Amino acid sequence: MAEALGFGHSVKRKEDARFLRGRGNYIEDIKFPGMLWLDIVRSPFAHAKIKSINKEKALATPGVAAVITGADLVPYKLAWMPTLMSDQQMVLPVDTVMYYAQEVAAVIATSRYAAADGVAAVDVDYEPLTPVLNPHKALEPDTPVIRADKQSNRIWHWEVGNRAAVDDELANADVVVAEDIYIPRIHVASMETCGCVAKWDSVEGHLTLYMTTQAPHAIRTVVALVTGHLGLMEHKIRVISPDIGGGFGGKVPVYPGYVLATAASVLTGAPVKWIEDRTENLQADSFARDYHIHGELAATKEGKITAMKMGVVADHGAFDSAANPSKFPAGLFSIATGSYDFQKAFAEVDGVYTNKPPGGIAYRCSFRVTEAVHAIERMVDVLAQKLEMDPADLREKNFIQPEQFPYKSATGWEYDSGNYPAALEKAKSIIGYDALRQEQKEKRAKGELMGIGISTFTEIVGAGPSHTFDILGIKMFDSAEIRIHPTGKVIARLGTKSQGQGHETTYAQIIAEELGIPEDDVAVEEGDTDTAPYGLGTYASRSTPTSGAATAVACRKIKDKARKIAAYLLEAREDDLEWEKGKFFVKGAPDRAKTIQEIAFAAYTNHPQGMEAGLEAVDYYDPPNLTFPFGAYICVVDIDRGTGQVKIRRFVAVDDCGTIINPQIVDGQIAGGLTMGMAPALLEEIVYDENGVNLTGSFSDYLLPTSVETPKWEMDKTVTPSPHHPFGAKGVGESATVGAPPAIANAVVDALAHLGVTNIDIPITPPKVWAILKEKGVAL
Amino acid sequence: MNVTININGKEYSDDVEPRLLLVHFIRENANLTGTHVGCDTTSCGACTVLVDGVPMKSCTMFAVQANGKSITTVEGLAQNGKLAPIQEGFHEKHGLQCGFCTPGMMLTSVAFLKKNPHPSEEEIRWAISGNLCRCTGYVNIVEAVQYAAEKMAEAQNG
Repeated sequence: MAEALGFGHSVKRKEDARFLRGRGNYIEDIKFPGMLWLDIVRSPFAHAKIKSINKEKALATPGVAAVITGADLVPYKLAWMPTLMSDQQMVLPVDTVMYYAQEVAAVIATSRYAAADGVAAVDVDYEPLTPVLNPHKALEPDTPVIRADKQSNRIWHWEVGNRAAVDDELANADVVVAEDIYIPRIHVASMETCGCVAKWDSVEGHLTLYMTTQAPHAIRTVVALVTGHLGLMEHKIRVISPDIGGGFGGKVPVYPGYVLATAASVLTGAPVKWIEDRTENLQADSFARDYHIHGELAATKEGKITAMKMGVVADHGAFDSAANPSKFPAGLFSIATGSYDFQKAFAEVDGVYTNKPPGGIAYRCSFRVTEAVHAIERMVDVLAQKLEMDPADLREKNFIQPEQFPYKSATGWEYDSGNYPAALEKAKSIIGYDALRQEQKEKRAKGELMGIGISTFTEIVGAGPSHTFDILGIKMFDSAEIRIHPTGKVIARLGTKSQGQGHETTYAQIIAEELGIPEDDVAVEEGDTDTAPYGLGTYASRSTPTSGAATAVACRKIKDKARKIAAYLLEAREDDLEWEKGKFFVKGAPDRAKTIQEIAFAAYTNHPQGMEAGLEAVDYYDPPNLTFPFGAYICVVDIDRGTGQVKIRRFVAVDDCGTIINPQIVDGQIAGGLTMGMAPALLEEIVYDENGVNLTGSFSDYLLPTSVETPKWEMDKTVTPSPHHPFGAKGVGESATVGAPPAIANAVVDALAHLGVTNIDIPITPPKVWAILKEKGVAL
Repeated sequence: MNVTININGKEYSDDVEPRLLLVHFIRENANLTGTHVGCDTTSCGACTVLVDGVPMKSCTMFAVQANGKSITTVEGLAQNGKLAPIQEGFHEKHGLQCGFCTPGMMLTSVAFLKKNPHPSEEEIRWAISGNLCRCTGYVNIVEAVQYAAEKMAEAQNG
């Protein structure tokens, strides 16, 4: 029999077997007899009146079964849909398009090629309108309101902290620094785009929706709420999230294509498949960031930070379709006080409508944490520069100290645990920080540009406690249902949904750790709303903090019942039994033992009279607090004075995610996260021209890192368990994406700091650096 | 147009439109869905297959151009139920997360290792630079290719 390994073992992934053989089951692999294809007519204008839509030629195209326009959806009240942020979004426009590449009509046909022919044959007559593209301009009083159903281009204003105290400190402090920092719009660009197959059964009145979603249960409830007036009830909706080819937050919201495919299946009576192509994906959905930040820090002349102020104009595009918890329209941006101990902080964010596609999804982070971390980590460096202090020293001087945890931040969070000085010390030691500073001095004297950048970030993940966190009113618990079969084998079902994180392996390891059942004997299932317990899904690094915790708690419930059965079988008192991984034995008589497998068999064949048969448990875990993973990253860059090219010479990442379940998977998450952190720091940006046309609609223009640009990451850990999580884990999927960008930006600015450069907005591309080198007279 | 294409040792014949892409022939006509489509601009390499042993992005080739040719897809890598060294390498070194880029990545690597059985890390990085991965940061993919190179060398010497 295989051994139960549990925590700390690099168990090879169970899910690999199918992926390695080409036997994964992704959305595009799902097909049914008689299935139709849906393709979408998209707007060539960022803002325009629709004068007319002529379907005739499209309907005459061979293979085309139907064409759906906004007007067709109006009688069913489906032209608009609610968003997760309590806004509404057009499924199809009736008279006005709001952004470039917006869905304008849907064509349903017998093949993907016929559907594309149909799209080309739909004739739309537009009257272009002036688009509002700059969010600052959108807020000016004489700018037209772009949404006919709204009074203002300001979606909401959100603030936290004590403005008066902060303003007072800024007015009286020894030193004040201020900087404008723009974090541009980027795109998650998971290798699989979005799509679905909608299968309507008119006899049963039942909908099965196979869908690229990170949150299948929430989607089922949303579909029920949107279509309830048409008679579609939640018990007749089954959402299945199959294997997902990367999510990163892009597969949390509901996009019009999903609704259109569902409507088309009801209309035609056939299963309907919609799969975005990459151009549509890069132009119409899955956008993140777009934060215009003004940051200010106050400090003593010795370098003790005394106050922080952050003001943000957030470009959300034409509809507020981000996926944030209801009470947090700006996500968790209030974590912007970072790893530092000061008592005065204020942050405010204005969400703004513009003629761009909806933005604000996460890009592998927990609700705007990346924006917050970039802002504070850049500002700390700006302060260090002003004070002529080493940025490592400044950080050490201001860290929250280990003995201050649990630490209440100035914006109201209670950090669970941390040891920031230890993480930074470890990173400095691995990279040889002092020697690098010496080398930099020598290089600078020779005119060479070398920079060292630090980021000592704190994340806030694992949303979240039900007293504070909900999405559309649904509390952000998550779940596990564990059932032990008579032979001691296990089926575990979770409310989360892996998109590559390795859940089938790590959840099995939690069960192995808790119950001593070998990982090989555990089947893990997620993503089918008919079978899995209700949960909010996988994003914001929440799976281990919530469903991972639920798994442990469910196992402990099972163990409680197993103890009773063991006592019965061993004719001993429950108190006289001791647990050792995989078995109960009588204290002082270790040979009088029953294994969990024997107990499971007895649960179905020989259970005590008066006890329910079976061995299973469900847990809906409501976390008492969020978790606060952290890390210390140090990056060394060299800049080519001839080209402006930034080369990452070394990058040391010391991460602390609490208890580690599977070291190999954790390192895999961090290496991937670092690469997705480097991407927006050096390469990626969604760019619009003055007409609002997306200029970055392909991988030739929107530059993902390849194996050549990606450095060999140097990874290490400290381990500071979370005190409130059942086994001390904090979550790790996104730490590196959050922590890496400021380390890189700080390194580049550090290389140019002696020339008076205090900030460079990401992505730091060669042309941007070249222009600075030229201006400063150091370009070769 | 009638085409006959040998995929993983089996012949598939069908009457296809001239515009049908090879990747769609493989996925829909031959029903081998291990080959994925990740972009429409020949940029990502998810659709990479071997055409007469040469790695090709099958989204940029028409099915009719592959008429009479022999194709290897991910489904053809394991032999007699035994994983190929490259598949073993991806498993052992955790070279895959979501698995979407993996088939193309492995086929590119197989063709590369045939040409260069003892590559340096730098050579591996350049060899797979036409295949994008969004999950792994490439570190473990490079190690998976190194693992496969060692396994293949052992098999040759053993």
